[in-house]
Amino acid sequence: MSSVSSSKHTVIPFGPQHPVLPEPLHFDFVLEDEKIVDVIPSIGYVHRGLEILASKKEFTEFVYVAERICGICSFIHGMGYCEALEEIMHIEVPGRAQNLRVIWSELSRVHSHLLWLGLAADAFGFENLFMQAWRAREGVLDIIEETTGARVIFGACKIGGVRKDIDGDTLSRIADVLNKLQSEVQAVCDIFLKDSSVKHRLCGVGLLSREDAYALGAVGPMLRASGLAYDCRKLGYAAFSDINFSIVTETDGDCYARCSVRIREIYQSFDIIRQTIAKMPGGEICAKFKGVPDGEALVRFEQPRGEVVYYVKANGTKFLTRFRARTPTFANIPAMMQVLKGANFADVPTIVLTIDPCISCTER
Amino acid sequence: MAFFSMAGSTLANLFKKPATRLYPAVEPKCSAITRGHVAIEVNQCVFCGICGKKCPTLAIEVNREAKTWEIQRLKCIACANCCEACPKHCLRMDSAYSQPVSSLEKELAHEVARGA
Repeated sequence: MSSVSSSKHTVIPFGPQHPVLPEPLHFDFVLEDEKIVDVIPSIGYVHRGLEILASKKEFTEFVYVAERICGICSFIHGMGYCEALEEIMHIEVPGRAQNLRVIWSELSRVHSHLLWLGLAADAFGFENLFMQAWRAREGVLDIIEETTGARVIFGACKIGGVRKDIDGDTLSRIADVLNKLQSEVQAVCDIFLKDSSVKHRLCGVGLLSREDAYALGAVGPMLRASGLAYDCRKLGYAAFSDINFSIVTETDGDCYARCSVRIREIYQSFDIIRQTIAKMPGGEICAKFKGVPDGEALVRFEQPRGEVVYYVKANGTKFLTRFRARTPTFANIPAMMQVLKGANFADVPTIVLTIDPCISCTER
Repeated sequence: MAFFSMAGSTLANLFKKPATRLYPAVEPKCSAITRGHVAIEVNQCVFCGICGKKCPTLAIEVNREAKTWEIQRLKCIACANCCEACPKHCLRMDSAYSQPVSSLEKELAHEVARGA
């Protein structure tokens, strides 16, 4: 903090209420002219104490709380909690339910990335592109609403499987809709990747080297854009072990690379959904179980924003002892601080947005 | 590198209808299974109270003696757990979202559907 008191330096507070931030996050930027020399982040504005609720809600009901950790990553939060409980209770989830989970988790990845593209466009002042990205996102939300009954908080996962089935006709219709949607999404994404003004704001901004990304524990597109191929879907949870896909990586490590990784992941998710629809097995969608959980489990999943870790400890009663979620935005904050140091103050919105901050997840 | 790549869509937007609806003046687009709000066919209800026990937010209260079924709309998270648990299938999810409430008094008011 000695640098803060120096007369050459200016401290500029940023947030928690700021036009570019979708959620409350605060930084104190120490500037030397227009260059950032130090960053002091503070979080904790939307802490809701959801983890402690695990000891007050029955374990079957806590899935609704887990889904509400965050609106955009809701399905994978619910699925992560369910899979942790299934591991503790040794529940065999039916194949159809596993595949349905893959479809919904990939749909949630597509709508999250499209949401991010819109927010990023808004951050660098491209209003029309922002609206086009969100219009494309509506198509995905319509599929989600048609199959689960809700747009954002799906409520489709439960311990042992899923609560809703998708019939064969709807599955083939979804495949058709996805084809149309892909061309619509591609039109928007091409502008992100090719337009001169977008490139001007993203290329060479917010560089994170491969070594820094690894050393600072970055996850998700932030890590993959720096050239490290790490994706938790390769662990084979749900039905991902049967899906053929390769990890999307870029090597530049700048904001443009992070944008490009997310765009390519949208196409990849469309492909994964098509693969899943093509080999959807029949049968039950939920396994019955008896008793209460006793034991502990640690599971890892790939959220749209990166690796998420859930730890669940049960004590043989209806109420859990401990539930913990390590969310991707929390893991990406040290890497973001590294990227911000040395950047221009005008690039702060773009850099902060390219980690895709999800503060509700981070603070739970 | 592309220049003026949004010019086409900008011009098209001048002549196209808006992509959004003027909700609530215009009905929202819903699917057949949209979970809007819980509705009850109270004449079929036997006031067993299973819905209240299954509700994760304790939004439903059932009084067997007085034959009343109450729901606090602001507590309800529209998860449809009650509808799945109802043995008489008298609970269902309507696709319309709950009506907004304008005062604290109304927000705390219980909706009571009296049985026969």
